[in-house]
Amino acid sequence: MPLTEQEIAFLKEKAWLIRRNTVKTMLWAGGGHAGGGLSQTDILVALYYHYLKIDPKNPDWEDRDRVILSKGHGGIGFAPILGDLGYFDEEMLKEFNHTGSPFGMHLDMRQVPGVDASTGSLGHGLPIAVGMALGARLKKKSWRVYCIIGDGECHEGSIWEAAMSAAHYKVDNLTAFIDRNKHCIDGPTENIMSLEPLKEKWISFGWHALEIDGHDFAEIGNAIEEALQTSGRPTVIIAHTIKGKGVDYMEDDPAWHYGGIDSDGLEKALESIDRMYGKA
Amino acid sequence: MSTGLTYHTYDTDHMTPAEIYGHVLAELGEEREDIVGLTADLAKSTKIGKFGNKFPERFFNVGIAEQNLFGMAAGLALAGFTPFVSTFAVFASLRAGEQVRTDICYMKLNCKIIATHSGISFGQAGSTHHCNEDLGVMRTFPNMTVIAPADGYETANAVIASLDRPGPVYIRIGRGFEQTVYESADYGFEIGKAVTMHEGSDITVMAIGPCVLHALEAAKRLKEQDISVRVLNMHTIKPIDKEAVFAAVNDTRKIITVEPHNIYGGLGTAVAETITEGGKSCALKRLGLQDEFAIVGYTDDLYSYYKLDDNGIMEAVSDMLGLEVEEDEDWEDEI
Repeated sequence: MPLTEQEIAFLKEKAWLIRRNTVKTMLWAGGGHAGGGLSQTDILVALYYHYLKIDPKNPDWEDRDRVILSKGHGGIGFAPILGDLGYFDEEMLKEFNHTGSPFGMHLDMRQVPGVDASTGSLGHGLPIAVGMALGARLKKKSWRVYCIIGDGECHEGSIWEAAMSAAHYKVDNLTAFIDRNKHCIDGPTENIMSLEPLKEKWISFGWHALEIDGHDFAEIGNAIEEALQTSGRPTVIIAHTIKGKGVDYMEDDPAWHYGGIDSDGLEKALESIDRMYGKA
Repeated sequence: MSTGLTYHTYDTDHMTPAEIYGHVLAELGEEREDIVGLTADLAKSTKIGKFGNKFPERFFNVGIAEQNLFGMAAGLALAGFTPFVSTFAVFASLRAGEQVRTDICYMKLNCKIIATHSGISFGQAGSTHHCNEDLGVMRTFPNMTVIAPADGYETANAVIASLDRPGPVYIRIGRGFEQTVYESADYGFEIGKAVTMHEGSDITVMAIGPCVLHALEAAKRLKEQDISVRVLNMHTIKPIDKEAVFAAVNDTRKIITVEPHNIYGGLGTAVAETITEGGKSCALKRLGLQDEFAIVGYTDDLYSYYKLDDNGIMEAVSDMLGLEVEEDEDWEDEI
């Protein structure tokens, strides 16, 4: 069933909050992966505030759906969601990146409640997700696994090893998102090492592949619904996104893959995010 | 056994350590439904296929893709299973080293790695398939337990013991033609506890893997020449048995380590670190690959060439006994 207008309005409200909290966390942390942290926002918001079967009061609930942020550098945009949902006291985000803090740039599942796997090194999340999805099947459990992959991360050979195996094992309880923000650290993906035709690559690896606007909740919702209905093969949703989405001076600029902001920078970022949501 | 396993004694004269591992795992699989098996196109070579044949639904052969192998194992561990993963040592420790470190050790997952073809056991295959680095690599991964069994009985003991040890365990065995040291599995195997194979007071030889048998044979022959050699089977490289090392320093003051591994990073290094931090002086000689890639050849020939066999160990013992080691009863001032 497509998301209703009301549901979309609610998700937008949450996305506004999470984008604001992401840039605030950047200030507290002394810097952060702004670009990827903001391009992934709407995908994670749709999952965490609508689709996932989770219980923040019981992070280890066995029947919960799992999310693996394979692009682990998105931690700065992920932790604010977990904080808002009550997995931990949101105030703790003020310690992000600080010495001895449970929160580093790449979230550690042994330190941060709600994180289903420690990630950071690229190309690791999808193989773990395939194992988890097989685990659900072996245990005859209905929980699903969602894996968020960076587009540059698709340069890693291990992504394709895992892609091959997911199709081979027909793990249709696995859905992958590719945050197709079109940049890696050193520049545009197509200049560094071209990924296109990306959708065709996934199709040829045996996946059901969709391509959507990764900032449009109606499209994200429809794609997730389609993945839920797809049997016999995993689904990959290539979500076209904009790096740094919401902060006008960061958008589509690879220099903001990782960066720091001062209080002026934060002010401007919050104003830009407010404008995006018609709140300024 | 704390697993409640009814353990059968295998005909080890006709079964290799890897074959015994395969049988033991298949047996454990009956009692423990949480065990899953994974390999990367080496089901037959590593013998994990014996488990796979018995429990096909709990067995995953992922093809020739070791990074995915260990990542998937991590995912299955996170889903509540106890994965046993088998491939060649060189692929487990080096090709997929980062996956083992980050996906398994960092998350402290209950994953057991049984790596075969370690050291120079695949002699004729050459250095692409040798692995004289794995102990050094695995030992530096926090949370990892590292074991190098002496024979098939000890492999069985180590595999069973690994099940009840929380967190990751790395067990390295050879290609499969290793001779038997023990006469049964019932000699009191305990992770982290060295086994005294031969008592002696002149010198201590600490060995792992097939070198344990060679050290034992050397000690027996040296006894005929009235040389008293203590032989320790140091099957657990991490955590190393510090007590056994300190006792050897105190009692013999001369130690030789023997391992089918580079002298850097493995048993010899672990023992050297322990001795040094103990604060009491001791003469130490490390037998192993002297920081070189091995020549190609029959495995037995390579053991001889690199002086890891009976003769090599006897020669090293003679050399060391010829050394003048300062005798000092008052060691308090050495710290």
